[in-house]
This record gives sequence, C-alpha cells and structure tokens, in this order.
Amino acid sequence: MTFLSNEPIERHTFAVLVDNEPGVLARVIGLFSGRGYNIESLTVAEVDPVKQLSRITLVSSGTRMVIDQIKVQLDRLVPIHTVLDLTDGGAFVERELALVKVLGTGEHRVEALRIAGVFRARVIDSTTESFVFELTGSSQKLDAFIDIMRPLGLAELSRTGAAAISRGTATI
Amino acid sequence: MTTTAAATTETTTEPKTMTGAQLVLEALVDQGVDTIFGYPGGAVLPIYDALYQQNRIKHVLVRHEQAAVHAAEGYARSTGKVGVVLVTSGPGATNAVTGLVDALMDSIPLVCLTGQVPTHLIGNDAFQEADTTGITRPATKHNYLVKDVAQLARTVHEAFFVARNGRPGPVVVDLPKDVQFASGPYYGPELCRPKSYKPQTEPDHAAIERAIDLMAKAERPIFYTGGGVINSGPRAAEMLTELVRATGFPCTNTLMGLGAFPASDKQFLGMLGMHGTYEANLAMHGCDVMICIGARFDDRVTGKTSEFSPNSKKIHVDIDASSINKNIRVDLPIVGDAGRAIELLLAAWKKRAPKPKLDAWWKQIEFWRARDCLRYATTKDVIKPQYALERLRAAIQGRDDVIISTEVGQHQMWAAQFLPFDKPNRWLTSGGLGTMGYGLPAAIGAQIGNPGALCIDVAGEASILMNIQEMSTAVQYRLPVKVFILNNQWMGMVRQWQQLLHGERYSQSYSEALPDFVKLADAFGGVGMRVDAADDLDRVIAEMIAADKPCIVDVTVDPNENCFPMIPGGHAHNEMLLGPEDHKSQDPSAREEGMVLV
Repeated sequence: MTFLSNEPIERHTFAVLVDNEPGVLARVIGLFSGRGYNIESLTVAEVDPVKQLSRITLVSSGTRMVIDQIKVQLDRLVPIHTVLDLTDGGAFVERELALVKVLGTGEHRVEALRIAGVFRARVIDSTTESFVFELTGSSQKLDAFIDIMRPLGLAELSRTGAAAISRGTATI
Repeated sequence: MTTTAAATTETTTEPKTMTGAQLVLEALVDQGVDTIFGYPGGAVLPIYDALYQQNRIKHVLVRHEQAAVHAAEGYARSTGKVGVVLVTSGPGATNAVTGLVDALMDSIPLVCLTGQVPTHLIGNDAFQEADTTGITRPATKHNYLVKDVAQLARTVHEAFFVARNGRPGPVVVDLPKDVQFASGPYYGPELCRPKSYKPQTEPDHAAIERAIDLMAKAERPIFYTGGGVINSGPRAAEMLTELVRATGFPCTNTLMGLGAFPASDKQFLGMLGMHGTYEANLAMHGCDVMICIGARFDDRVTGKTSEFSPNSKKIHVDIDASSINKNIRVDLPIVGDAGRAIELLLAAWKKRAPKPKLDAWWKQIEFWRARDCLRYATTKDVIKPQYALERLRAAIQGRDDVIISTEVGQHQMWAAQFLPFDKPNRWLTSGGLGTMGYGLPAAIGAQIGNPGALCIDVAGEASILMNIQEMSTAVQYRLPVKVFILNNQWMGMVRQWQQLLHGERYSQSYSEALPDFVKLADAFGGVGMRVDAADDLDRVIAEMIAADKPCIVDVTVDPNENCFPMIPGGHAHNEMLLGPEDHKSQDPSAREEGMVLV
C-alpha cells in the first residue's frame, strides 16, 4: 500500500488470551506472515491451566491502519478470547529476560562481572572461563547490556521477547 | 462460558454411544443437513459405510473433490443453508483446497469433513497422509483435528456454528480413521458452542442514528451493497429494497451483491467496479455520502484507492470488523449483521422522515446513464457475446426460478452486466478468488438444492474445461443443468489484458485443440447444441431450457470482443474506458503503471 508510505510507523505491544490448543500459535504466526505484518517479538505460555488459556505477548510495528488491522484480524480468529492493544490502552509495564554467556579471563572477566553488577544481572552459571548472566528489564536495557558485553567476550545470547501487563487495577 | 458441553449434559441424561462415523452423521442430521457432496477414499471408508446404512442423508458423488466444494458452495449460496463436503485424506483434502479458499473469499458457509490417517500414523508420512489442518489453516475460517472420539460430536456442532455465524466461511474437520471406528458419546447441538467465538451482530444504535444524520443531509448519496446482504438472508434484501426506495437514493451492487436490490428498479445503477457501469462508478466517485453495506472495498471495486470517492463521508456496515478500514478509511464504521443494520436504518429513517433534495443528483446520474455504457456494435457476420446474453435474458425474463452460475473471465462480467437479477440467492459466481471451473459444479449444487429451478452455467470455452468431468455427475443425478458457452476460442480476459497492456502479444491465451462440445455433451450422456448464427440463438436457447437432461450449448461468438466499460488497473473510477477508442487515446505511461497490478 504505497499510498500510506508517509504515515509514521508505530510500535505496539499486544496481549492476547487464547485457548491453549494445538495450532493456535501457528494461526497467529500464519496471520502475520500471510498478511505481511511484522513480528518484533512473541512470547507465549499457559496462564490458566483450569480454563486452558495461554497468553501471547506480541510486539509489532506498522502504520496506524496496520496496527488497527492487526488487532481486529487477531480478534476474529476463533480460539482467541481477548486482544488488548496495551500501547493504546494506557500505561503498561513490559519486561524481557536474557541469558547472556560471556567467555573470558583476566581483566575482561572482572569487567564483565562489574558491569553485570551495575545492571543488576545475576550470575546463574560460572566456570573459570565463563559466566552466564541472567538479566531482566526493558528490551532497551537488555540491548544496552548486550552492547557492553560484546567486546568483553559475549559468546551466546538467549532472549525471551517481551512480556507485558497493564498498570493499575485493570485486568484483561 | 467455560463449562464444556460434556460436563453440562452429563447431569441430565446419559448420552447415546455410537461409532465416530455414526456420530458424524448424527451430528449432521441434527444440524439439518440432508445433502452432502463428496468422494470416497481409504481414510473415510467408515463414514461411507455408515452412509450406506442409512437414508436420512443423501450423498452426491462428484468426479473431483474441488467440484464437491464448489457444488456445496452453489448449494449453500442458492439455499441459504450450510454446504457440506466429505472427502478423503491426502489428495482428497488437497484437491478441496481451491474450493475452500473460494468459499473463504466469498464468505460461503461450508463444513468440509476430511478423512485422515489413523492418529498413531499422523506425522509418519503414511499413505495418503497430508497435514490437512496445516494446509487448510489459511484456507478456512477455522479448522479442527479430532483426536478423541469423545470430542467428535461437539466439534462437528461447533464447526457448523462457526461456519454460519458471524461472517460465514468454510470450516474443516479432519477425522482420523481410528476416531471414525472408535465408540463415543453423542451430544446434541444445544450446548456445543465455541468458548471464545462471539461475533457481534447487533449494530451500535448510536452509530445508526449518526448514519441517519449523514444520510438526511446528503445531496449526492449512494448505497453500495455487497454479498453481506445476501448472506444475511432474503429478508435483508427485501428490507434493503424498502430502505433504498424510502430514501430515494441510487443503489449499486458489487459482483457478489447482485440480486440484493432488484436490477429492474429505476434506482439501480448496475454493478460497480472494474467492469461496472459508467453511472455506478461515476456516482461512487462523485457522491457526498456513501452507505456501504456488506461489501469490503475490494480492489476490483475501488480502483486506485488514493483517488477513490475523494469527497464523500463513508458509512460502512460489516459483520467483520477487519473488513472496516482495511483498504479505505471510512468515517462511520458500524459492526453488525447487514440485515439487522438495514432494519434499524429503515426504522430510524421512517421515524425522522427526512426529505433530502436529490433532483440535481438524479439529473447528473441520468446524464451519465445516457452514455449507455453497455452498448456494443452489432454486426451481421458474428454473434456478439453480449447479444447472446441478451437473447438468454429475453428467454428467462420474468421467471422467478432461474439460478445463474458462471465460470471466470469475460463471460462472467458480461453475465453480471446483462442478466437480470431481481432477487437474492440466484447468482452464483466466484468473486474473490476468481476460480475458473466454479460454474458447472456450482450449478449442480444449486440444482440439487432447488430441484425445479432452471440452473444455467454461463461459461467460457476455457473455464468449462477445468471441471468438465462434472457433466458425469449431472448425468448420474439426472440434473438438467445448462451450460451456455460463449465460445470465443480465447481465454478472453487474458487476451483482453494482453491486448490492452502487453502490446498485443497473445502469450498462451489461444484455446487450441478445443473439443467438439456437442459430441462431448453426447459422450457424457447429455445434450449438445451449437449456434453459429445469431438467428438460431432464440430457437436453441428455447431447446436448451426445455431439455430435461444436462445440456451444453456452444455459442460461437466474436473472438475479438472486449469487455467494457473497464477501469484499467491502477486507475480511478472517473478514468473508465468505455470502448476500444478510449484505449487508443490512453496515456501509455499510465498503462505501464497499471501493468504491475492484477
């Protein structure tokens, strides 16, 4: 849709409550690939074992028209209960977890540990030549930590993608 | 509603136990199904065995699974019921996919039961195994794989609920063979609803009032209505007619919406869009208030979106919220059932009884109408396809029991332009997907659902060959369907685009080595006739209508005729070509821009 190219791109976080059944994630992902929407991150896990509900947190970006389409397109999938555009819905908190493996000895190793302390990352595994740090925070904080670790021996990275929830008393 | 059907019904009476295959048929009967279209195979043998031992459901044996789905579509569209398809695993399911997507695009309610290899073999690349739910996920409104016979009845009922509620569409239920053999409990349809699927049917009443505000002040209004009105049921079409007449506004229909408003009415402007009428498209372009009901601003309707109806306030009624603001930004979205919205609009209009002054608008429309955009040059030497359809129109005019289906291409557009559709559910065409080969099986499905009706497939010689094998089905069930071929020896619409946009390089669009359709009809056990001269048309059409067997009429028409009016790809409504002369004067650079569009 070239005529929309001048519209600004917005980044939105969606909370999606779905039936925990086979294929539901494929449906969501298929919707995004089939309609050319972009997925920045997607996390999913069961949140209600009794009602068998899972919650997907999905971060996407697009023009306003695309963002609005994403919401209504998700909403019409049969196993989807609720779609909430957290970005539109007011204040919300968003956190991501990263596991960061850093290899090194000597000064680099000491510096990595010091920086981890500054970022309040936890050491969850260690050998004489390696650390695995666990860090939780906004995606930007994770980015910053990872950038600093890069010259200090960053060897491997595992990130969860964002999980998000609205602030205050409101619930989904 | 989190209580499962199983949990709730247990407290009342003990459910009956039967095999999975019997459960399926029991559920179909409880859903009001008396006819299904299908083709047997290894993975559905238990269901075919159960079918053999009962007489409540009639099975129509097609000759190709794609045709089973199109037949079910024709049946559904012409009767308002849910169409039901039964096919086997693997190739049975994959052959059905084209029909499923067709039904998805055109919002036709279908339930397609597919066989599957036994659960313990799923994922093993077993014989005739395909990942049916994976393949059909984007091809259906929803799909299910039933792995537990205890869930079977509930799932079938839920499939029907999903297929017919909200925006209708096709639903696949994939049934592994061991589940068909296993015994399980039967639950009725009452409590079997999806937990999470609750489409909004009741429109926002405040929005209806705001719509009336806009309509009452309109100087150049137009109704633009689509297949959603047809899907909402015959009553919706009646109320639409009442609303249009009460307001005095002009009305145009989409290809899928033909028949929702009587074509013979003075307020009808004809179909709009790429091959719509001059008056409909210019009225859409020039209107100040547009009331869109059950249509989706498809690219064939809008043309160039940035120049689409630039000065209008747009009201959009749709049951599917995702159809609103998808292609065109509207000013007043109303989510809800088309029929219900029309009912509320009509009541609110009558209550306020505004008297908008529309004389100048109608004068303008009459001026456009006077261009007589569907006129064509007649010659003595060849039959013009439009003329053949005019003779067909003369033969069926005034009859209430005529159902027209089409294949896809020039003949389809001419049929939409020239045939009279005064009532809903009498026009079956593949609008969204544009599936060649749709028309004959759709006519068969319509004839099964409407035994006394006159079912005519207006076809092209290329399209008809895509599902010609269904002549066998028509003969087997003694269905007197008529195939009216406008034979121009070309894939006409492809040839037209090659002529207009690709420098007259007719790549692969000539219909070489055509069969003798008269002999072909005869070989199938039907009747075949050929028309080479315009004078013979009336006689042959009368014979075709009188024939009590499947009948093919092969009409030799002008091979060079193009379908006009035409909005070339990438152009706006006010940039229509009315005939070959218009094309010659067109700016070549604009033509190149349009080439990349379909």
